[in-house]
Amino acid sequence: MPYLVLDKLTKRFGQWLAVDNLSLTVEKGELISLLGPSGCGKTTTLQMIAGFLDPSGGRVTLDGADLLAKKPNERGLGIVFQSYALFPHMTAAENVAFGLEMRSIPRADRDRMVKDALQLVGLGAFGDRYPRRMSGGQQQRVALARALVIKPSLLLLDEPLSNLDAKMREEMQIELRRIQRTVGTTMILVTHDQAEAMALSDRVVIMNKGKVEQVAAPQDAYDNPASAFVANFLGRTNLLQGTLRQDGGGCRIDVAGTAWPVAAELPAGPGVLTVRPEKVTFVDGAGVPGFVRARVFQGTQWLFEIQTDAGPLTVIRQHDGQILPAENERVTVGWRAEDMRVMAGTAGGA
Amino acid sequence: MTAVDSQNALSMDPAADTAAPPPDKPERRNWAPYLLSLPALALYAVLLVVPLAMTLLLSLNSFGFYTGIQDVWQLGNYTDIVTDDYFHEIFLRTFRIAVLVTLLCAVLGAPEAYVLRRMKSPWRGLCLLVVLGPLLISVVSRTLGWALLFGSTGIINTALMGIGLIATPIEFMYTETGVVIALTHVLVPFMVLSVWASLQRLDPQVENAALSLGAKPFTVLRRVVLPQVVPGILSGSIIVFALAASAFATPAIIGGRRLKVAATLAYDEFLNTLNWPLGAAVAILLLIANVVIIVGCNRLIERRYKQVFE
Ligand SMILES: Nc1ncnc2c1ncn2[C@@H]1O[C@H](COP(=O)(O)OP(=O)(O)OP(=O)(O)O)[C@@H](O)[C@H]1O
Ligand SMILES: [Mg+2]
Repeated sequence: MPYLVLDKLTKRFGQWLAVDNLSLTVEKGELISLLGPSGCGKTTTLQMIAGFLDPSGGRVTLDGADLLAKKPNERGLGIVFQSYALFPHMTAAENVAFGLEMRSIPRADRDRMVKDALQLVGLGAFGDRYPRRMSGGQQQRVALARALVIKPSLLLLDEPLSNLDAKMREEMQIELRRIQRTVGTTMILVTHDQAEAMALSDRVVIMNKGKVEQVAAPQDAYDNPASAFVANFLGRTNLLQGTLRQDGGGCRIDVAGTAWPVAAELPAGPGVLTVRPEKVTFVDGAGVPGFVRARVFQGTQWLFEIQTDAGPLTVIRQHDGQILPAENERVTVGWRAEDMRVMAGTAGGA
Repeated sequence: MTAVDSQNALSMDPAADTAAPPPDKPERRNWAPYLLSLPALALYAVLLVVPLAMTLLLSLNSFGFYTGIQDVWQLGNYTDIVTDDYFHEIFLRTFRIAVLVTLLCAVLGAPEAYVLRRMKSPWRGLCLLVVLGPLLISVVSRTLGWALLFGSTGIINTALMGIGLIATPIEFMYTETGVVIALTHVLVPFMVLSVWASLQRLDPQVENAALSLGAKPFTVLRRVVLPQVVPGILSGSIIVFALAASAFATPAIIGGRRLKVAATLAYDEFLNTLNWPLGAAVAILLLIANVVIIVGCNRLIERRYKQVFE
């Protein structure tokens, strides 16, 4: 049985549709990431689940019970706010203790739990500090500790690690993952860091303009993007505009004079071909002709900018001793048919 | 004098986080700031420092019924005030009224500001205007309005007797109760404004955070909102206290000649008894008491909240 269900959740601010018919089911113990460009409605979605914003339409159920009927202080969720929202008049320790106090945990246990929580986020020595006297990353970790210490069954994390340095972020990611595994906490994580979403989540939700574009396991979304938007948003990708044709052999797409077979049945007309830069190779035979506009060495790999008739194309090749084309050299690039995705429509319509 | 007091209190507002960046190394002296503040400084000197100094000098002179003001330097006026029970009573009354008014303003004004902030857009502006409206009307006309309400045949007493709540009219006029009520009405907008300013700085998500941690709305108010607006309440209290302690028009009209406070006492010494030096001494003592109390409170607040709001 799904644990958290968002059913056609909608939020309007005046005429502006911030969240548009968003439906999502989350299993118990799952870690789901919300990904999407700034302003696509991620925070708004979390705020509706938390009860701070009233949805304009739709339902939310948690563990079978209608969540919207409960007041925010009765929902028992752990929340890390994008703006931290620490209590400025309380020390770090008092901030963390607040939720425990509300749960009437005895003093001695409370002190121990607060200490452990602060230790967990690497702030063991900062219990007496007021938020104003802490750095952004330290404040963010206090916010994380405050949400974790109450051991909620559902944790809403709005960019909880955005202000941490790379090392600290990695440690916190491992910690979140451990808590999710061992305690079985269900987590909804908003992040701008794709690597973080890919590394942590069981599934990612890619949102655009208040709508869900795709819900899938990270690798699935990366390999089989449901739309040109997803392909473009997740990692680098090449979008090539072409024309879809139906002939005797099935469906094909013409890109810069080369025809590629298309497995799916798509209507004839404009189509978009997407292929990841690391899947593109330099070939001798048939392919898309072009010339190398620039090449950049990136340590373990080479990055090529190829100008083709169908538009610019990015190619990533491993630095493994193979002979690679030089700048301004004429080349032909190609890829395996199973590495490309084809969608009807134009690239601009993503 | 009152207006200047309130501005001092405003500028000492501990919650106003105007943490100026550390000044650059003064390689070349920049005269612009000095020149720009020159007009204000001149005004300050001419309108405040000079009269104050003259009042101070005047308070050291002596006065005789037949001789008038004597150009001698002595502390006789001060010893008179310090040793005379009559003056004690008046100063004590002034202090009592100011404290009561401050408390009432805090109790009324802080919730008022909070409710105002929670209101939806069109009503909020409207209600704020209603609250601040009294500031747009002269103190004298407002106080005369209260006098009409308070009189033994005034609306309040007539109404209370009409519904049979009281048998004889309550004495409002010429009593401390009346003065306190009228002064509270006059001064509560200052408290609302001050608390309003600190509420504006409140992050609404912080209240949400408390809710999400399981706090009931009242607990949120008590544990999260109130502590954060305390500096606003305190700086509002300083303004109200200063204005109440040195108020003249309201005690003069509601309190009349019978119920004197420090400001009306000074006035009477100047204009009725013509004992200018004594009046000046009263004014100076009032000023000193006011400054001592306000600066003391300010220190206390700053020390208490330095860590938190800086
Ligand atoms: N109170 C509000 N009134 C009007 N519009 C709002 C309000 N809050 C958010 N919006 C709008 O709703 C949209 C979604 O906002 P939201 O905060 O959910 O974005 P987000 O996905 O969290 O973005 P970010 O990644 O930058 O945090 C934005 O376009 C924003 O301008
Ligand atoms: Mg956001």
